[in-house]
Amino acid sequence: MIIQHEEIERLIAGMGDQAQKLLAATGRRDPLMIGIHTGGVWVAERLHRLLGVENPLGELNIAFYRDDFSRIGMHPTVAPSRLPFDIEGRDLILVDDVLYTGRTVRAAMNEIFDWGRPASICLVVLVERGGRELPVQADVVGRSLSLKNGEHVKLTGPEPLALEIRKT
Amino acid sequence: MRVRIRNGRLIDPARKRDVRGDLCIAGGRIVAAGRAPAEFTPDFDIDAAGQCVIPGLVDLCARFREPGAEHKARIRSESIAAAAGGVTTVCCPPDTSPVIDTPAVVELIHRRGADCGLTRILALGAVTQGLQGERLAEMRALQLAGCPAVSNARAPIPNSEVLRRALEYAANFNLTVFLFAEDHYLRNSGVVHEGAVSTRLGLPPVPATAETVAVSRALQLAEQTGARVHFCRLSAEASVGMIAAAKASGLPVSADVAICNLHLTEDDVDGYNSDCHLIPPLRTAADRDALRRAVADGTIDAVCSDHQPHDDDAKASPFSLTEPGASTIEHLLPLMLRLAQDGAMDLRTAIDAVTRRPALVLGNGGGTLQVGATADVAVMHAGETITVSRRSLRSAGKNTPFSGWRLPGKISHTLLAGKVVFSA
Amino acid sequence: MTAHDIQLDEHGRLKHFLTTEGFSRELILEILDHAESFAGVGDRAVKKVPLLRGKTVVNLFFEPSTRTRTTFELAAKRLSADVLNISIEASAASKGESLQDTLRTLEAMHCDMFVVRHANSGAAHFIARQVAPHVRVINGGDGRHAHPTQALLDMFTIRRHKRDFESLSVAIVGDIAHSRVARSEIHALRSLGVPDLRVVGPKTLIPAQVERLGVRVFHELDEGLARADVVIMLRLQRERMRGALLPSEQEYFQCYGLTAQRLKAAKPDVIVMHPGPINRGIEIDSRVADGDHSVILQQVSHGIAVRMAVMAMTMGSLAQPAERGH
Repeated sequence: MIIQHEEIERLIAGMGDQAQKLLAATGRRDPLMIGIHTGGVWVAERLHRLLGVENPLGELNIAFYRDDFSRIGMHPTVAPSRLPFDIEGRDLILVDDVLYTGRTVRAAMNEIFDWGRPASICLVVLVERGGRELPVQADVVGRSLSLKNGEHVKLTGPEPLALEIRKT
Repeated sequence: MRVRIRNGRLIDPARKRDVRGDLCIAGGRIVAAGRAPAEFTPDFDIDAAGQCVIPGLVDLCARFREPGAEHKARIRSESIAAAAGGVTTVCCPPDTSPVIDTPAVVELIHRRGADCGLTRILALGAVTQGLQGERLAEMRALQLAGCPAVSNARAPIPNSEVLRRALEYAANFNLTVFLFAEDHYLRNSGVVHEGAVSTRLGLPPVPATAETVAVSRALQLAEQTGARVHFCRLSAEASVGMIAAAKASGLPVSADVAICNLHLTEDDVDGYNSDCHLIPPLRTAADRDALRRAVADGTIDAVCSDHQPHDDDAKASPFSLTEPGASTIEHLLPLMLRLAQDGAMDLRTAIDAVTRRPALVLGNGGGTLQVGATADVAVMHAGETITVSRRSLRSAGKNTPFSGWRLPGKISHTLLAGKVVFSA
Repeated sequence: MTAHDIQLDEHGRLKHFLTTEGFSRELILEILDHAESFAGVGDRAVKKVPLLRGKTVVNLFFEPSTRTRTTFELAAKRLSADVLNISIEASAASKGESLQDTLRTLEAMHCDMFVVRHANSGAAHFIARQVAPHVRVINGGDGRHAHPTQALLDMFTIRRHKRDFESLSVAIVGDIAHSRVARSEIHALRSLGVPDLRVVGPKTLIPAQVERLGVRVFHELDEGLARADVVIMLRLQRERMRGALLPSEQEYFQCYGLTAQRLKAAKPDVIVMHPGPINRGIEIDSRVADGDHSVILQQVSHGIAVRMAVMAMTMGSLAQPAERGH
């Protein structure tokens, strides 16, 4: 099954609305946005534009914080992490494409805290699927999917974006 | 004891042709070669059908590590290895500890060798006291004690005047000088041949000139003094030419080469293989081939094992820190047969180079199967193959660079003065 | 290439890091790419990533060296490893026994990685053959054979300044015969496809048959520097005068010292490198060392990122090469 880019843009627009409402409700101002490589950055770029965030977009490569280094070893490199701002005491919006086991988000938070101590982190994901292995939850979700055993969802891009559900 | 070795192929380098037949031994000597006399009744029969019967090997250099390095090996363990390799005469160089520069050490080694009784050990006396290269050793006393020759082992003699006088003094008593010719300063603590491999591995190099400069010097001093010089362990092609020219001009010189330099090259050092850390170093393929040709045509008279058994620790270090030398005596004959198999020389020449020709250098009339000769004999299956493995080495030194090699020549019996000292 | 290339595991991954000889272009670029990722770690508040957390890295130095040891130490600590520094005075008597015993003692203490610096060529290979299967060995310099991390950080530096290795002229100047840096750089530059690789020095300091490594030999500095894109100056050690290889430092500087005047023979955008420490006024003039073409200080700062990359990759090869998930 495939979710095409028009639907995805629509989902992201909805996520933008939800995020704005959440920030207003919690009094978080002038947020910094960080996308997790690679799919999360693609989603974050669109959100960044939609929400009119003035601060530059941060990009996180969590390769060095994964918990599976001793099992899998070094991954082929993606671009290095780039956080062109000081996160000390700031409100962050962390963006990823798919929330599954929760390990990616844990790694991302570990890395963020090595850069500094944020005031808050709000997690925004395009797709949330079942299968959480850690106590992690998204604050804003584009779409919830319930997948069968052996099925995986993957965001392809950067242009056009498409969500593919594949059997491994 | 009367022994008959029956139905073998007798390969006697002293004879022009092989003979099929019996070799008869009595009183430690050969009494018939070819056909057993009708009245000869042996006490002991050896069936040599399908096998070759050759003179026992004469090895001009093997270190049995006594006295002084007993943690590496003993005369007993190495005699066993020698006998298993068909080697019946062995020359021991003087770099023992203490050095063989007194008759007492000569007698010690000869007595221990005789007590073992498995191979004939001949101690080579030192040329200079303590092998220091300065004062002459008491060569006459050493000669009378039984040394067939004197040698500098591997110790340099940088002072040319000392070398001249040492050759002159040895010539005075008709003593052959076994000279390892190497320029100490050109060697410059090198460990491998100066060339592409030393450059790539970053190992301190030994140029070929370290040998050729010293050979040239020694040849001219040999000419001046009239000394009989035997050049030990040649390794470079350029040395061969010089020896050939010297012989052609009538100088009484001879030469030998170590068996490793006939099979291995600098490339075998690759991977920092310390079993290939040797003195002289393994040089290029061109050098190896030139050395083979020289053995085939007689420019190089003899091939020796240059046997140097080592304890494991001596080889277990970064390359430059390891001790040089290989444990080879058991495989000297198979490695010579392999040269014949590879076409580098014919079988008779290969056997000649480790029997009659080294015996001629020693001047003791051995290395043949002639009637009247001492019955030092080896019986072997020339066609059967052995596989070299560290574990199966009888020598106390497991440092062989030929591990895994399959070589022709399985020795079934070795006899020393008519007594069986090895049987498979 | 050694008879058994013990650096790579059966899947072709980096297991030990001993020499650049035999490395493919792809492997070198992979290391440089990983190093780029690590380069930013020093800019963070917490200058660490947790990749080697819980691992013990031992700096086993048989030769004294402050700068190399400290960069390896920093690299290991930035990977969150625990670090042990062991300096062993090499003595003629200690030789192989203490080396093997030292290794066994350290392994009994569950050390995971050795960074080895030794005065004898082949020492790192020797140690790599001795260690248990899960232990990793990194060569911090062995005799005159190899200094692979230095070569890689130099490749990293060159890549940052010159886009394309395949069009470069690179000159390595100095005591090639005794230089482990030179040998490692030659192998790396060849693998990266540098078409014009030159060594420059007096005959007494050029090793036998060095052309077989894929270089052109020059004994005149001006010819060797002509139109060069990269010039790598090697350190001249004092001992060379004692071994009858050179008469004096002054004459060496006259003939082979890099001055601004000499540098004019190279391309206008030439970069000048030196593995350090520099002998000012002997192999290189101060004004060049501190000048616009010099990238020497950058080399130093790149050393940590490159060493982090190498340590992470070798330790990472312990893992199963499974399907890389999510």
